[in-house]
Amino acid sequence: MAGEAGRVGRRDPDARGYFGAYGGRFVPETLVAPIEELTEAYFAARGEEAFQRELDDLLAHYVGRPTPLYEATRLAASVGNARIFLKREDLTHTGAHKINNALGQVLLAKRMGKRRIVAETGAGQHGVATATACALLGLECHVYMGADDMVRQALNVVRMELLGATVRKVTAGSRTLKDAISEAMRDWVTNVTDTFYVLGSALGPHPYPLMVREFQAVIGREARAQVLRQAGRLPDLVVACVGGGSNAIGIFDGFIDDASVRLIGVEAGGEAIEPGRHAARFDGGSTGVLQGTRTFVLQDPAGNIELTHSISAGLDYAAVGPEHAWLREIGRTEYAHVSDAEALDGFKALARLEGIIPALESSHAIAHAMKLAPGLPQGTVMVVNLSGRGDKDVQSVSAVLAAAEARS
Amino acid sequence: MSRIAAAFARLKAEGRTGLVTFVTAGDPSLEHSAEILMAADRGGADVLEVGVPFSEPLADGPVIQRATERALAAGTTLDGVLTMVAGVRSRLRAPVVLFSYANPILRMGVEAFAERAASAGVDGVLMVDLPLEEAGDCRAVYESRGIDTIFLLSPTTSDRRIRQASSLGSGFLYAISRLGVTGSRDTLADGAEAIVARIRAASQLPVAVGFGISKPEHVHEVGKWADAAVVGSALVNLIAESGTAPDLPARVEEYVRWLKD
Repeated sequence: MAGEAGRVGRRDPDARGYFGAYGGRFVPETLVAPIEELTEAYFAARGEEAFQRELDDLLAHYVGRPTPLYEATRLAASVGNARIFLKREDLTHTGAHKINNALGQVLLAKRMGKRRIVAETGAGQHGVATATACALLGLECHVYMGADDMVRQALNVVRMELLGATVRKVTAGSRTLKDAISEAMRDWVTNVTDTFYVLGSALGPHPYPLMVREFQAVIGREARAQVLRQAGRLPDLVVACVGGGSNAIGIFDGFIDDASVRLIGVEAGGEAIEPGRHAARFDGGSTGVLQGTRTFVLQDPAGNIELTHSISAGLDYAAVGPEHAWLREIGRTEYAHVSDAEALDGFKALARLEGIIPALESSHAIAHAMKLAPGLPQGTVMVVNLSGRGDKDVQSVSAVLAAAEARS
Repeated sequence: MSRIAAAFARLKAEGRTGLVTFVTAGDPSLEHSAEILMAADRGGADVLEVGVPFSEPLADGPVIQRATERALAAGTTLDGVLTMVAGVRSRLRAPVVLFSYANPILRMGVEAFAERAASAGVDGVLMVDLPLEEAGDCRAVYESRGIDTIFLLSPTTSDRRIRQASSLGSGFLYAISRLGVTGSRDTLADGAEAIVARIRAASQLPVAVGFGISKPEHVHEVGKWADAAVVGSALVNLIAESGTAPDLPARVEEYVRWLKD
């Protein structure tokens, strides 16, 4: 592993894009040259002060960074004696952490002279963020979205269209995030010369998992400084939801060298840990190759990808980012899952106790923090990444709650 | 000399343009696939590519995506495809190349797969999402079993990578004529001749050209600069249109014969 000078424990993947045994670049031959071009451009930009300054400037004045670290005392008091701090990524422009990465990648695309952007989206937040960055920087934007996700996240479809993006409905396969990624990759492979693929999570072929982590690492940098200031010490636990894992890797990154801080990722437990009914890759998955990367994947004995389920479209995906698989293997991070029902409880609790409506994705992290809190000693400090706001979920949550009420 | 190398040597000696046929195994069923392979073989196919269906066919266009869905719905697995090939192999004259995404093979285990493939009589393997950088281990295992590793080359492939593919690969090189996913077209891509010329300059291996080929004129045109043409989506489409009609094998044989005219 090649580490960056001066940051012990910080790990870049090796030259082939591997974090330990995970990662790599499993793509059709046509994409190899454009990915090499992207890798070169990314590393050049990463080391260049002017690029970083332009991005930092947008993050400060357009996105609204730094986002607050807010101590949720009423939520904490309801579940025990721990202190719970929320990293408020829901307060960014567009309402989720996705904008950090989308802006970084679209800036890079512009620097590379690409005029056309393609992206996939699950919950719609990455699609909205990419459409926003394209509107801001004047690039053409096409977002692929599963037909089922277009229904459950209808509000975000409208937002993307208002922002000038073309939303392309994907009806193949399970009609969710993984099918949207395949379709975005098909577009990219067909239009490689003028098109840049803005991948929304810490997934896909190298250098995406690294690049997305680096663009999201701002979350962890800010959170670490804020918690030191506000709690007077490092947290004992950092909790984040994990779909592909970009908000989690972003906040974990800030604490990765602090061995005393437990880093906990929360996957979607769905209805039950049975094939097709969840998206907890570390609880029923195994090593495989999906959409460009080798990682933990939900698959059947023949190597076909299993269907997934989660109440949250953003966590409804069969693979996890390769760096998570590696950090888990070396014992630096741990993973748990919470069910759809528990996530809904977290959603409701945060709304009623703190006046914050969280995204269903982030509700998984809230729910897990609420599960852990009663067993923690007095004064334990917990940081939970509130990765996005829940406006987009209000319709589907009210439908679920109405259905539950009708049953009872 | 491998059966694939021998097939290309024969084409060269006879001054003919080869025809490589691709079908998705298990569409509409593995029993039909055995019949289809025999029909293509009778029709004069020089190499038979057998596609292993995978749930995320990200390099494929709509025609092969639909075939993949039908094959998976019929319960097709890599294990089943190998059993089918083992059963039909002795009745085929042309060499057989398995065309697969990486994950089904990695899931079975490369060693276990290579052993099964060799005993089934598979002559070559092409893994569509396993670029040169990732292919080293697989290639060594296949070579030890006498199986050729076939690499895809694209208009975006650099000359350096063409040389690498040429030294790592064996049997033949598969040049895709244009950017994009699989699918037939009315006309050949302009870039096809250029990529073949670059491969010729860097490699002694035979070259087959695919993506977008559906008519005898295409095969004839490709024959001016390459050793063989690959027909995939057009044949898969014909199979889709025929469904489980009793004359499906006859239609396949007739189509392959027509392409070779």
